[in-house]
Amino acid sequence: MPATIVQTNPTPFNKIVIDPVTLDIIENALRNARIEMDATLVRTAMSPGIREQGDAFPLIADHTGKMIVGQFGSFIGGFLNQFDGTLEDGDMIFLSDPYSCGGAVSHSNDWLVLLPVFKDGRLIAYTAMFGHMSDIGGKVVGSMPINARSIFEEGVRIPPVKIWKAGEYNSDLMKLVMHQTRKPDWCQADLNALIAACRVAARRVIEMATRFGDDVYVSATQELLGRNHRAMQELIGMAIAEEPVSFEDYICDDGVGYGPYKIKCTMWREDGKVVLDFAGTDPQSAASINFFLNENMFRMFFGIYMIMVFDPQILFNDGFYDLIDVRIPEGSLLKPKFPAALSGRTHALGRIFDILGGLLGQKTPEFLNAAGFSSSPHLFYSGNDTRPGKNGEWFQLFQIGFGGIPGRPLGDGPDGHSLWPGFTNVPNEFLERYFPMLIERYETEPDSGGAGLHRGGNGIRMTYRLLSPGTISIHDDRWFVPPWGVNGGHPGQRARKILEKADGTQVIVGNKVEDVTVEVDDQLHFITWGGGGWGDPLERDPALVGKEITQGLVTPAGARAYGVVADARGQVDAAATEALRAEIRGSRGDLKLFDYGPSIEDLRANCMAETGLPAPIQPVWLEAAE
Amino acid sequence: MGYRLGVDVGGTFTDLLLFNVETGAFWRHKTPSTPHDSSEGILTGVTAICAAAAIEPSAIDYFLHGTTVATNAVLEGKGARVGLVTTEGYRHVMQIARSYVPGGLAAWIIWPKPTPLAALEDTVTIKGRINAKGQELRPLDESDVREQLGFLKSQGVEAITVSLINAYASGAHEARVGVIAAEILPGVPISLSHEVLPEMQEYERTLTTVANAAVRPVVGKYVSNLRAKLADAGMAGKLSLLRSDGGLMSALKAEEHPVNILMSGPAGGVTGALWVGRNAGIRNILTLDVGGTSTDVALIENLEPRRQRTTEVGHLSVRASALDVKTVGAGGGSIAYVPELTKALRVGPQSAGAVPGPVAYGKGGELPTVTDANVVLGYLPENLLGGSFKLDREGAKKAVQTIADALGIDLMAAARGIIDIVNENMFGALRMISVQQGYDPRHFALMGFGGAGPLHVNAVARLMGSWPAISPVSPGVLCALGDATTRMRTETARSFSRLASQTQAEDLIAILDEMAAQTRADLISDGVHEAEITSEFEIDVRYSGQAFEVPLTITADVLRADGVAGVLKRFDEEHHRLFTFNMDTPHEIVNLRAVALGKALDLPAVELPAGDGDPSDAKMRDHTLWMDGREQAAVIYDRAKLRAGDVIPGPAIVIEMDSTTLIESGCTATVDRVGNILINLA
Repeated sequence: MPATIVQTNPTPFNKIVIDPVTLDIIENALRNARIEMDATLVRTAMSPGIREQGDAFPLIADHTGKMIVGQFGSFIGGFLNQFDGTLEDGDMIFLSDPYSCGGAVSHSNDWLVLLPVFKDGRLIAYTAMFGHMSDIGGKVVGSMPINARSIFEEGVRIPPVKIWKAGEYNSDLMKLVMHQTRKPDWCQADLNALIAACRVAARRVIEMATRFGDDVYVSATQELLGRNHRAMQELIGMAIAEEPVSFEDYICDDGVGYGPYKIKCTMWREDGKVVLDFAGTDPQSAASINFFLNENMFRMFFGIYMIMVFDPQILFNDGFYDLIDVRIPEGSLLKPKFPAALSGRTHALGRIFDILGGLLGQKTPEFLNAAGFSSSPHLFYSGNDTRPGKNGEWFQLFQIGFGGIPGRPLGDGPDGHSLWPGFTNVPNEFLERYFPMLIERYETEPDSGGAGLHRGGNGIRMTYRLLSPGTISIHDDRWFVPPWGVNGGHPGQRARKILEKADGTQVIVGNKVEDVTVEVDDQLHFITWGGGGWGDPLERDPALVGKEITQGLVTPAGARAYGVVADARGQVDAAATEALRAEIRGSRGDLKLFDYGPSIEDLRANCMAETGLPAPIQPVWLEAAE
Repeated sequence: MGYRLGVDVGGTFTDLLLFNVETGAFWRHKTPSTPHDSSEGILTGVTAICAAAAIEPSAIDYFLHGTTVATNAVLEGKGARVGLVTTEGYRHVMQIARSYVPGGLAAWIIWPKPTPLAALEDTVTIKGRINAKGQELRPLDESDVREQLGFLKSQGVEAITVSLINAYASGAHEARVGVIAAEILPGVPISLSHEVLPEMQEYERTLTTVANAAVRPVVGKYVSNLRAKLADAGMAGKLSLLRSDGGLMSALKAEEHPVNILMSGPAGGVTGALWVGRNAGIRNILTLDVGGTSTDVALIENLEPRRQRTTEVGHLSVRASALDVKTVGAGGGSIAYVPELTKALRVGPQSAGAVPGPVAYGKGGELPTVTDANVVLGYLPENLLGGSFKLDREGAKKAVQTIADALGIDLMAAARGIIDIVNENMFGALRMISVQQGYDPRHFALMGFGGAGPLHVNAVARLMGSWPAISPVSPGVLCALGDATTRMRTETARSFSRLASQTQAEDLIAILDEMAAQTRADLISDGVHEAEITSEFEIDVRYSGQAFEVPLTITADVLRADGVAGVLKRFDEEHHRLFTFNMDTPHEIVNLRAVALGKALDLPAVELPAGDGDPSDAKMRDHTLWMDGREQAAVIYDRAKLRAGDVIPGPAIVIEMDSTTLIESGCTATVDRVGNILINLA
């Protein structure tokens, strides 16, 4: 049963011919409304995850639920088909269960509010936003147990319900939900922030409709959808071949000992449409690294990568969706069956972007970026603060780390930056003031960015000195399969985690671990991956390599990957450099379009020696994904 | 007797405004800027304006100056070579910054990698550690400090910045490093982060301190050169610079803390608007300063401009108070284009700049700009005042026709489309500082100035519902007017970070009193009489856990009377106004600030002779222009001949030396008693 929409005014919107200028003005106003949503959210949210890191995503849709502004695509159509109820003025939908919305949110930590916007009795738009809640209960702090066997272990799961019903707030519902989390204060503030952002956008939509007229506004949204459709149609004809191209990459492990998991995508053009087929992707995991990939979301990612280059001012919308056919096998890592656990989906979500880049760039290497879209490395640290004067107060930290941005056609990848839009790091002085920790080191990891004409960005080495006993959990990837380089560039270095005890002994910690007990004065070295390199490293200016030695970004040993011989002060030995470069050129063979580093077999064989961790075990499935 | 001279140096022109403090009479002058040495252009202007007023330069008591010298040093990377000393483990603090990549998904692909303001090779770390409570965990290793400073010396750095972790909580280590640095690098200016910005957040504090250090020598050189040239010309008056927050500071203080003048340029227009508003009796104003490449907008409520705690310069966000001026890449030179793929009409942010400039200027520009659209529509008449400068209307038409063809519409519709889009971009910026901050723009007037502000102000006022649209007296030199008419100001800030429930009013008053004494001493040392100084306090409050603070202005007396509870009540009201909800979460008092202000000047405006309401005497000629989808008859007036009380029906154009005011059809303009043109719906 699809949702029943209750409108007191049944008059349909009239289609009006919109002149191009009015259209552009409405497009601009919609863009501003979206910026306003973000600003409202960041100012009123409270969890460090949202307020400092901006982990939230806004959307404005037309009256049929198609996204007009946003970047994660619209799920509203799918939601309406599944929602067995009414939708009327004064309602606001609240949900977090990925299985109830076709993966619009992909783990239960993401809380989503959806506001149908009514004007004069007619449904004229939807506004929606989702954001990551720091804790929603469940078996571990932060509610993302990597070793969960089903979604029931991952905290409160909210099916689509009405948080506001015909203007009336459902406070019992919210009491029940907030009772499940370890951080009701953060959840309540963050939810308020999401709601305030949706209301602001709704107000703007109504103002626009008032200013231009309802029919003009609605017709303009349709024309904007049409504009995206036409643009994409042209691009597809231009940039996508009929001959299929494939690309595959891996998630290193599932946190319970198995891996790597392959994600494969094949792309071709057929009857003017693009087919993106994930056949060949491994079946779902028994643990929580599954990523319930919403087809529309992937359409949007694809569209953004395609259109970005040609008219960066365009407002991305759903208009081109029927031109993209996304096929995801049931029961695969990207379309797991209920009740598969989903909380650790961040790694596959990140990897999707490396795969997109690898797919689209194959025919046009000059536009190809290296790999580095690893994931969002997560750290959880919690306990009762035993420092004097703290009275054993409960604390919990969820922090997202950053790594190296890949080498790009444009130039070097920035060191220690975020590939996610809007994300920022948490100031270390903030961490030291509000959590029992001292950040002893916050520097980029030299040589971690892959060598190339354009160097991959370095990852970050962050050393936490923990000042209270407690537990930590870590979710990271790219520790086993390196981020690849392109056009002759080398792969970046892999992620590592080391726990250094007060007596100096070091323990290698896995990159997906739960509930590791820590003691006072333990130091955790949290080292993230480096971006892959772009282009032939032997073409890089030796003086620049020397300079980067003095900057602490490259070491003399690392300089040899560029064929550069230099000392610790960055002085380049020109003759030795010449000789080394000649030697490398003579022996290396043809430059590879993609340099993945060693084969999976070799990585496995050398895993313990290179990473200090046992190699993941090849998962075996009874049946392949369909 | 007494004259104040305001001087604003822009990219193209240097504007001067000489003000007779007693009579309110003023003289204005525009002269080409001399970028290789701004003082040349300034002196040319001083000579000319003194001649016009028939005074000697020695009669000028105050030389008040808005300058972009510090801004440009940062934007163009022409600051001093700064050596940065930071805590062990934090060498890459400037390289990593906040890890933020601007733009949406995939924007990282096209984002250029920025170079830190203090080069990494000139960044060293030292051993020694202070915790978040300001306690020493590990002592400074002085031999290590000496070694590192010695290295920086060998690198040839021109300035030293010391920014250590948690220095906001205790500056002890920084102070000691400063002493050693003065020994090892005598004569090299040293900036300490706990002095420049004693606030939490290591990146922002370090960046601000580095920015200060980088521009210090540049500003110092600029000021001493200017001072010498002015002295040569016989001027002995006091030299003050305009701060980003709209106050004045002595040139001497500006040399020490140039981070406070990074946004000196845009602040001039806002202070000018304040003066105009005060004289016109209009207290709520949105400002629209339209230049060649960009437009600055700001909000003035009850004759008090909104300020913010950060100064945005290029991609850098420096922690220094500034007027809350938003800039949008839309100006007279903004280029219109139609991307092949989407067939949308885009205007800006690319700009034709001064060179080659709009097609109509005939300096080689070939791409259609906003100015060209204004010429095509007849809003900018071909013959400007005096006929010395003729616009190439045919060239402009040809350029705009390319847009018309790409869109499949006619020439005039395309030209008006360009204007509508650029107005919409300005409207977007104005919404950000009004509606988005919880202000209703219908309660504000809109004042347009800068070269092209008065051309767009009427149309943008219509979009905003902000009436009247004001074309102030001397819109082209309003920045210089602002420089001349504002007052001395200084401030200091401190992190407090305590829950309100654990804070007594007396705690706050004690600290604020101490800060007030410090800021008053600052102004006194700048030559302000103690009796003329007023102090104000600001308290930043938030719900504990939020990242966004609401600054509340307060006096010690009110704080005593109403207590902390009174502050919290005001916070809740403000929070509700901004975000439509309140919370049960405890309040946190985040920062405290003390502001000291010099005497507010009561500078009158000259009244125009009263007319009879009929502007015919000022009429220059009949004209036609394109508006509301048709050609319309209009009249061109000479602003210099308008009288108080004149009523001008739209459509009409009012011309003066450096600006053109457009009055749209359906609107009527009235000239007020001091010469401002106030446009309202007819």
